[in-house]
Amino acid sequence: MKKFWRKRISKAESSTASIVVDGARKATGGRSKNRVVMTMAVFLGIYATIAGRLVYLGFQDPEASGGPVSRVTASRPDIVDRNGEILATDIKTASLFAEPRRIVDADEVIEKLQTVLPDIEVEQTYNKLKSGTGFVWLKRQLSPKQQNDIMQLGLPGIGFRTEKRRFYPGGPTASHILGLTNIDNQGIAGMEKYIDDQGLADLQASGLAVPKDLKPVRLSIDLRVQHIVRDEVSRAMEKFHAIAAGAVVLNAKTGEVLAMASVPDFDPNNPYNALDKDHLNRMSAGTYEMGSTIKSFTTAMALDSGKVTLNSTFDARRPITIGRQTIRDFHGKGRILTVPEVFIYSSNIGSAREADVVGIEGHREFLKRIGLLDRMKTELPEVARPSEPKVWKKVHSITIAFGHGMSTTPLQTAVGAAALMNGGLLFEPTFLPRTQAQADAVATRVIKEKTGEDMRYLYRLNATAPGGSGKRAAVPGYRVGGKTGTAEKVVNGRYSSTVRFNAFVAAFPMEDPQYIVLSIIDEPKPEKPGAGATAGFNAAPIVSNIIRRSASFLGVQPDFGHETEAKLVSYQ
Amino acid sequence: MASRLDKSPVAIWWRTIDRWFLAAFLSLMGLGIILSFAASPAVAERIGLGSFHFATRQIFFTLPALAVMLAVSFLEAREVRRMALIMLCISLVLMVAVLYIGVEVKGARRWVSFAGVSIQPSEFLKPAFVIVCAWLFAEHARQPDIPGNLFAMILLGVVVTLLVAQPDLGQTMLALGTWGVMFFMAGMPWLWIVVLGALGAGGAVAAYTIFPHVAGRIDRFVTGEGDTFQVDMGREAVINGGWFGVGPGEGTVKRIIPDSHADFVFAVAGEEFGIVLCFAIMFLFAFIVLRGLNTALKEQDDFTRYAVAGLVVVFGFQSVINMGVNLQLMPAKGMTLPFISYGGSSLIAIAISMGMVLALTRKRPEKRKQVGFSGLSQHAMPAE
Repeated sequence: MKKFWRKRISKAESSTASIVVDGARKATGGRSKNRVVMTMAVFLGIYATIAGRLVYLGFQDPEASGGPVSRVTASRPDIVDRNGEILATDIKTASLFAEPRRIVDADEVIEKLQTVLPDIEVEQTYNKLKSGTGFVWLKRQLSPKQQNDIMQLGLPGIGFRTEKRRFYPGGPTASHILGLTNIDNQGIAGMEKYIDDQGLADLQASGLAVPKDLKPVRLSIDLRVQHIVRDEVSRAMEKFHAIAAGAVVLNAKTGEVLAMASVPDFDPNNPYNALDKDHLNRMSAGTYEMGSTIKSFTTAMALDSGKVTLNSTFDARRPITIGRQTIRDFHGKGRILTVPEVFIYSSNIGSAREADVVGIEGHREFLKRIGLLDRMKTELPEVARPSEPKVWKKVHSITIAFGHGMSTTPLQTAVGAAALMNGGLLFEPTFLPRTQAQADAVATRVIKEKTGEDMRYLYRLNATAPGGSGKRAAVPGYRVGGKTGTAEKVVNGRYSSTVRFNAFVAAFPMEDPQYIVLSIIDEPKPEKPGAGATAGFNAAPIVSNIIRRSASFLGVQPDFGHETEAKLVSYQ
Repeated sequence: MASRLDKSPVAIWWRTIDRWFLAAFLSLMGLGIILSFAASPAVAERIGLGSFHFATRQIFFTLPALAVMLAVSFLEAREVRRMALIMLCISLVLMVAVLYIGVEVKGARRWVSFAGVSIQPSEFLKPAFVIVCAWLFAEHARQPDIPGNLFAMILLGVVVTLLVAQPDLGQTMLALGTWGVMFFMAGMPWLWIVVLGALGAGGAVAAYTIFPHVAGRIDRFVTGEGDTFQVDMGREAVINGGWFGVGPGEGTVKRIIPDSHADFVFAVAGEEFGIVLCFAIMFLFAFIVLRGLNTALKEQDDFTRYAVAGLVVVFGFQSVINMGVNLQLMPAKGMTLPFISYGGSSLIAIAISMGMVLALTRKRPEKRKQVGFSGLSQHAMPAE
């Protein structure tokens, strides 16, 4: 270019006519060309910068530009019953999220989403969409139809992520046992929480909870029996207009829970009411004055002390007055009663006198030994702590002898009853399968064999003898024995004679009890005006219905031998 | 190919036209149509028009633009000058008018409506302004006693005043920058450069203090805080597209950025067709600008040199600013990407400019050197 310029000048020099003017002219032309070159250089530099920027952006990681962080979805093992039936499983659902930074018009998004999700919280969602963050959940766990409808809206800045959701095929059938998971599929109640506490939570947190590696968790529950139990307690609650009812079927020889239900309960697939106060699991998380069922333990204690035999007698002619309280009998006989009579007539006075034989210290020690005063240890997290008087006095021993003044859970009452029925071995109840060998290894002996034998006799007697309070629990062929309990509830600080908490604890078959069945019913009303509302009328039929319907599933053979024999005799 | 013996205007045109330029302009027009299909349906749907409203209109405008470009490319340099003078007068009148009868859009009056057609006079002002300034500078260079530079300065003052009154700071910057470059090439003394540079810096500071939205944009660019939504989106779109793009129609940024069919079409291109296409577009612009400047460098005639350089410099500035904003290299500034962004006025005006470039760069017999005072020198110089 410079050469070019020189050439020009040399040519201009040759033209003498206009040498000065032409020279000046060429000088500006040369400067101009220089400056064009400078401009070109600047533009070249700018375009090179843009090219560099493009290359730089080309090597950026798209994820780093602010997409939502991928999250490990928590997988959970299936829960199956003792026969392998599915109780809880994971299903895949779509959850709706938004990337607020990519949302243009939050109002439009909300308006359109409302056509599919009418219950979306407008203000809250608006704030979420305006938050400018990279990721927010809008609605978790949509149905496939909702997902499809939202897809059809074609909104930018929102998306779906597949999540695991817990599904319970049985709905509310075993709700209190299985418990719940939260929206992140973490166990928050029942066996679900137990599974997490056993290390699953850590596994999930470390991202190692891979679905195929998770073995199903097998429970001791039998779904068939569970269904029957829940069905019966629901019906009873309805029939007797009670505020609650519950029942448990316990293996008397291993401590396995075969079925347990407490109503009102909830549907774990839609647990909107699971946290309502009256929806708790009354069987393990509710404590009650169990009433006369406790007399089983009082009697066993007296017999086990060796100071009393089945032939001992107690004076039940007069009420006992202690302090301001007077202890009377409900079915008062007004005479001296033998131990079996105290039991089947459910004599408060007789029971108080039985406790008196052992003494206050001995009484408390026995109840503690049989596990009624301590917080039960089992897999379920929802277990209440029993309450007892801070200092045991004479009056406490007397009232506790017939089941007042001390509150315990129905489940541990059943566990204690199992010890009385199986010959004296106490186990912690379990919701997981437990073999006889495992049971024997963890069992502790709490009463003598002989006492157990006497208790079985008394239970059977109470269901068969004339005047026995457990007659309504009888199931032909299955030799049921049991003890009723009708406790008066405290209303406004006083025991009410009309508001009751009833229970029935039973075992069958009585010659070698396999199962304990305990039912409770809270504030039952008479079925029809004039009928009774004591445990014999409502709690006992729950037990008999459960046994009648479930005994064959539980593997107990019916034996009509005694009854048929009796009939044969009568026909002769 | 047309024979040398063929003396018809079209044949002469075909022989003399710069076919590289022509190919580059036609490529850009074609890309404009293709990218309008990528970017505009989302925008059209968002504002309730038919999906292909803008795409159809882009084609509808491209045809007259092509015709105008080719027609202008037939002109002689003198005719170009005359046309520019007429365009300048009409544009200036319209720009005064626009202040009174213009349609106010987003706080600025830039548009006038004629029989249902909205036009933006400032778009047409730019090429006319460049040509007239080139002529003034060239005249001053030819005859220093002609106050061409002074007139050019006065003209700049008028244009800038009208643009600031709209207000349209983008076009103001373009006008100032182009004028500055042309004056620079016309041999502005270094002292002037310093003075004008200082004035320009002062103007920038003034814009920063007077117009809050300018201050906001610059602050946001420097600090990265506040609402940098559109620019962030542009950059992310390019990153998301990667080298080869996410595929036509698969992009998301066009649904999010309000002006994706206009100011952010480059980012849309990047997301859907990849950085490879961005490079192609950039190379086309760089090619046009550098080839234009190179032609100016070799040009003997001062007017042609300044005019071609000025026209490609406006073109280059627009492309550079638009791409820079799209790639988050500079503060957000609404600037169309010539030929590619949607916009009728912009497209026609660019077509006129580039038609002028084609007209001025046509091969022609070297003019006799107008050395010294006209008519005095009669030397014939051989063609290079």
